[in-house]
Amino acid sequence: MNARIVAALLLLPMAAQSQGFAGLGTEAQDFARPVPERALEFPADHGPHPDYRIEWWYLTANMTGPDGTSYGLQWTLFRSALAPRDGEGWETPQLWMGHAAVTTPEAHHVAERLARGGVGQAGVQADPFLAWIDNWAMEGPDFDNLRLTASGSDFAYDVELRAAGPLVRHGQDGYSVKSAAGQASYYYSQPFFELSGTLTLPAGDVPVTGAAWLDREWSSQPLAEDQQGWDWFSLSFDSGDKLMGFVLRGSTDYTSATLIAADGQATALADGEFAANPLEWHNVAERQVPTTWQVSLPAEGVDVTVTALNPDAWMQTSVPYWEGPVTVTGSHNGVGYLEMTGYD
Amino acid sequence: MLLSLRDVIKTYPASSAAVLRGVSLDLGRGEMLALTGESGSGKSTLLHLIGGLDTADEGVVAVDGIDLTPLDDAGRAAIRRGKVGVIFQQFNLIPSLTVAANIAFQARLASRHDKERDEGLIDRLGLREHLHKYPEQLSGGQQQRVAIARTLAPQPDLVLADEPTGNLDEATADTVLTVLQDLVAQTGAGLILVTHSQRLAARLPRRLHLQGGRLA
Amino acid sequence: MTGVILSALASHWRRSPLQLLTLLLGLALATALWSGVQAINAEARASYASAAGTLGEGQFAQIMASDGSPLPQQTYTALRRAGWLVSPVIEGRFGPVQIVGLEPLTAPGGLGPVSVDGGGDLAAFLSGSGQIFARADTLARLPDTGVPGVVAPDVAPDTAITDIGLAQRLLDRPGQIDRMVVLPDQPVTRRPLAEVAPGLRLAAPQDGGDVAQLTDSFHLNLTAFGLLSFAVGLFIVHGAIGLAFEQRRAMVRTLRALGAPLQRLILVMAVELAVLALVAGTIGVALGYVIAAALLPDVAATLRGLYGAEVSGQMTLRPTWWLSGLAIALVGTAVAASGALWSLARMPLLGGAHPRAFSMSHRHRGKSLLALALLLAAAAMAVWGKGLMAGFVMLGALLIGGALTLPPLLTLLLASAEKRAKAPVTQWFWADTRQQVPGLSLALMALMLAMAANVGVSTMVSSFRLTFVGFLDQRLASELYVRVEDPAQAAAIIAAAADHADAVLPLLSADLEIAGRQAEILGVRDHATYRDNWQFLRASPDVWDRLAEGDGVLVNEQMYRRAGLDLGADVALGQGVSLPVLGIYGDYGNPAGQVIVTEDLFRSLFPDVIPQQFGLRVDPDQVTTLRDRLRDEAGVPVSAMIDQAAVKAASLAIFERTFTVTTALNVLTLAIAGFAILMSLLTLAGMRLPQLAPVWALGLTRRRLAALDLLRTLLLAALTGAVALLLGLALAWALLAVVNVEAFGWRLPMYLFPLDYLRLGLLALLAAAVAALWPAWRLSRTPPAQLLGVFRNER
Repeated sequence: MNARIVAALLLLPMAAQSQGFAGLGTEAQDFARPVPERALEFPADHGPHPDYRIEWWYLTANMTGPDGTSYGLQWTLFRSALAPRDGEGWETPQLWMGHAAVTTPEAHHVAERLARGGVGQAGVQADPFLAWIDNWAMEGPDFDNLRLTASGSDFAYDVELRAAGPLVRHGQDGYSVKSAAGQASYYYSQPFFELSGTLTLPAGDVPVTGAAWLDREWSSQPLAEDQQGWDWFSLSFDSGDKLMGFVLRGSTDYTSATLIAADGQATALADGEFAANPLEWHNVAERQVPTTWQVSLPAEGVDVTVTALNPDAWMQTSVPYWEGPVTVTGSHNGVGYLEMTGYD
Repeated sequence: MLLSLRDVIKTYPASSAAVLRGVSLDLGRGEMLALTGESGSGKSTLLHLIGGLDTADEGVVAVDGIDLTPLDDAGRAAIRRGKVGVIFQQFNLIPSLTVAANIAFQARLASRHDKERDEGLIDRLGLREHLHKYPEQLSGGQQQRVAIARTLAPQPDLVLADEPTGNLDEATADTVLTVLQDLVAQTGAGLILVTHSQRLAARLPRRLHLQGGRLA
Repeated sequence: MTGVILSALASHWRRSPLQLLTLLLGLALATALWSGVQAINAEARASYASAAGTLGEGQFAQIMASDGSPLPQQTYTALRRAGWLVSPVIEGRFGPVQIVGLEPLTAPGGLGPVSVDGGGDLAAFLSGSGQIFARADTLARLPDTGVPGVVAPDVAPDTAITDIGLAQRLLDRPGQIDRMVVLPDQPVTRRPLAEVAPGLRLAAPQDGGDVAQLTDSFHLNLTAFGLLSFAVGLFIVHGAIGLAFEQRRAMVRTLRALGAPLQRLILVMAVELAVLALVAGTIGVALGYVIAAALLPDVAATLRGLYGAEVSGQMTLRPTWWLSGLAIALVGTAVAASGALWSLARMPLLGGAHPRAFSMSHRHRGKSLLALALLLAAAAMAVWGKGLMAGFVMLGALLIGGALTLPPLLTLLLASAEKRAKAPVTQWFWADTRQQVPGLSLALMALMLAMAANVGVSTMVSSFRLTFVGFLDQRLASELYVRVEDPAQAAAIIAAAADHADAVLPLLSADLEIAGRQAEILGVRDHATYRDNWQFLRASPDVWDRLAEGDGVLVNEQMYRRAGLDLGADVALGQGVSLPVLGIYGDYGNPAGQVIVTEDLFRSLFPDVIPQQFGLRVDPDQVTTLRDRLRDEAGVPVSAMIDQAAVKAASLAIFERTFTVTTALNVLTLAIAGFAILMSLLTLAGMRLPQLAPVWALGLTRRRLAALDLLRTLLLAALTGAVALLLGLALAWALLAVVNVEAFGWRLPMYLFPLDYLRLGLLALLAAAVAALWPAWRLSRTPPAQLLGVFRNER
């Protein structure tokens, strides 16, 4: 099986009609749809929701080594369902995909894992928390104390995560609208992880400390059919405030953002309040990707320049995209992560 | 002056002696000239030079004031199309074209095709019943008449005939030459007839004899 | 003006439609030959790929139970969770078919049905009702499972590939797997195998180069055939275009005399040719398509190989195929016409307008010299040349040199026959035949190339087949081969096979340094299996008896060539043992040197080595039973057993297909050459009247003249055939002994097939006779008036 087939396999519930980026804009069919009334329940909602087509546990971290070098780290577990049911054995329609990456100013290491559910090779349980694929795991007695591991052919990491703040619900208590037409997902974050651990790089082990941000999201058709991709920012300002914002690129752009105060108080911002405009484009993997951005939130006095730590942070995976650490300067200073999809 | 030759010299690489050793000649419009000589005296060579089929080594060959010697192949081809018509001993008809198409051919090549003129020639040369035949179906005299019609159809200024009756019996030869003379006279073109026959040469008003590469 | 010139040039075709037909057909057939051979090459490649999949399994490292028993699926999960990138495989018999279950998300690239991305429902492959990939004939034999089958010609014969979950269900082995494929790229952190799951064994990838190299060699030879057939086609095109130009030289001269510029004429003729080439090329590509479709038994496989991934029997001619076919037609025409155009450009406006090809005797000298130079160059390449390129250059020089030698050689032969002739008619016959040689030479050269290519290729293919089958007989003399992992399994196999197999032959092997080179030493038991089946390149008398006595060793060809160990040379085996070479055997495809000694000697030299393979002799009908027994009782995985009959059958099936194709191509090339002869004879017929009329006038009847003409063509064809046989054998030799040695380092023995050559010769004569029949008949019916006309019209 080559990568192309695997990509097709993984995306096939959506790729058959292939609407929006990675088929995420395909009609939801028999799958459950997010509704605004449903309140999130923990720890149950840390676990998987097999009735929904797509779901992810998405962690990014900004770190520094003993010599002050900046590093970025990504650990993602995607769940993709062929049909809205769960099951034991090979017949289960639940497919899993793991992405792990470490970004340094000079290099970008990526690994990918694919697995079928039902045979124990990959999965997620809510309490005690465990998310795994092969020997990659995010694991702990509860959601606030986690150990994160992953390894590829040229890198590995093993880090501890301690939550220093509460969970943050985006949108309307976790119901996050993704388009003017009403496409939506459930979306919450833990943006307050403190991190310490070790990166294993080709040059040797590096002890690191830093901060991590975990996103949880699940849906069945999170994008409208005409939305081709998104630019997603998670920024941590030196002031302690944090900003999550994204632009969904379609026939008309749709933006959404959450401003998170240092104490975890979240302010949801409506379509149009958040703005992000490319300043510089970079040629990576034979395509042009904006790696410097002007990000603004006029209502809250945010106007910053976001610059990639390493503009070559391209994820050459079954579904390729750009994901890497950024530095923030301007009205606020800080660090963060940038994800860009749909640049073909 | 329609044709003007000055001190023309021509040598073939194969032979040591020059074929033409300084030939000078003038021919006016409407003038008819018979050129006689033994085999190998150079009369065909002279005709080829005038017809732009070959080039002189030295001297001037001017047709209607245009010196042919410096022209390239395309230039000489244009002279052949536009000013000079050659009638060959071997007829040189195009075997795959009908009589009618052969007659019209050179005029069409020179973009001077006139259907009425063709008709006149066809009648004068008695070719009407053969129009749809192919050359191989005609006798030698008929073929040469087709060649004459083809040559005269574009109304050349100068007609060159190289032993046009060489392949014909005496009676046919006489008829063909008569028709040729009449038609050339009608168009007012010049005519040079190359022949080894004194009898035929005698029928033309002006006669020149080529011997040892010189005119006598 | 261009239009007028074009209409005059085209009028020639209108008056001589036969010539136009010759040109178009010649071009079309050459293109068809080329396209068809390309198609067949692609088919051969696909066949070998699937055969290699059957024969040379195991390009990846594998993990399995030490005792070969099935593994619980949990072991797979445990290994994955310990960081090992492995993919599970289960396999087993399902009725007459071997079912292989794969896990597509984790399987390495290149494993599994290649066409999964092409057609079919991917979701269905993974879950739901599932899908089974196999060749059409395999699917037909598969018991009804209710699972949709997908035709996949690249899957090995008698094998069906499906998802692991479905395979477990079909084989009724839930939760079990047989082995795991280990991906080449593993992560940096991984727990040791023994710690994760004890009792597992990691087997290194097998190099399995034997068969792969052999088929590579064969494929190379097929490519050479493609080149040869193109050369034949080019000759025909050259002949056809040459004729078309020669016939119109007089017209071109007249056109120029009437004032058509030379440049314009050449341009118009080039454009005219290009248009004709495009028309003929289009016909040719379509013809090639028909040839390929008709010749290949497995049309679907070809179509897939050639036209993309549409498997479902829908033919789509790929644009690239059209383009390459048309390009070949254009390039071939350009190459063939460049000479004609060049000579036209240099043709003096004045001077004899007679067709040139028929008075080309004065050019013989130059061509003879060129031919001689080419043949010398070929010989020099054979002796001193190095590298594959030199091999191919040699092939080309041999081919063209051989073709150019033909006309002078024929002239020489005929002249000497003429000298010896007594009777006047005989003398005239020889002289007149000699006079025809220049006019027929292009057609005869085409016939010779066609025959030589046929002799060369069928010799090569047949030699290859004999060698390969002999090699298989020798190497796979036992009915069943079993790989073993440890002494316990060896004992289990001996126990399980004891009552059922006629003989259990252990194969002992070890690595050894001999004469400074790494080599393999094999210990074999003295058994009729070897005596009956092994063939030697060279051997001393009583080789097996002396080997059994421990009087010497056997070495393979590689050992003999590289270390210079000829018969009688002493081979130092270590521990002070040194024995002479008793025999040298061919070992095709093996890159390493090899020495064979008796089992006893081996065990005394290497007491610690246990047999890694057993050959089991058993009644062929009992093979399946024995397999099942070994699997059930000795825990031998199916993948560790090789069924000799199946391997042989698969290999022979490949050859049968190749033979069908080769035979059909032979007939086709000969037909084309025959066609070229016909066209040349028809062209000559008109010009021959002046040559024949005097003889007729002197008293030979038209019937007699026609009969002599027919005889003349047959004679020329026979002489050409004789020369072609020599050239063809030289070609075969070059392919087997030069090209193959340059490409792979060993020489394939050349066998001769006189009956085949005889049949080919008769076929060539038949083609020539058929071609000559009509012109002869026309001659016998020539009206006397036309013959008389020769005298009247003479000028």
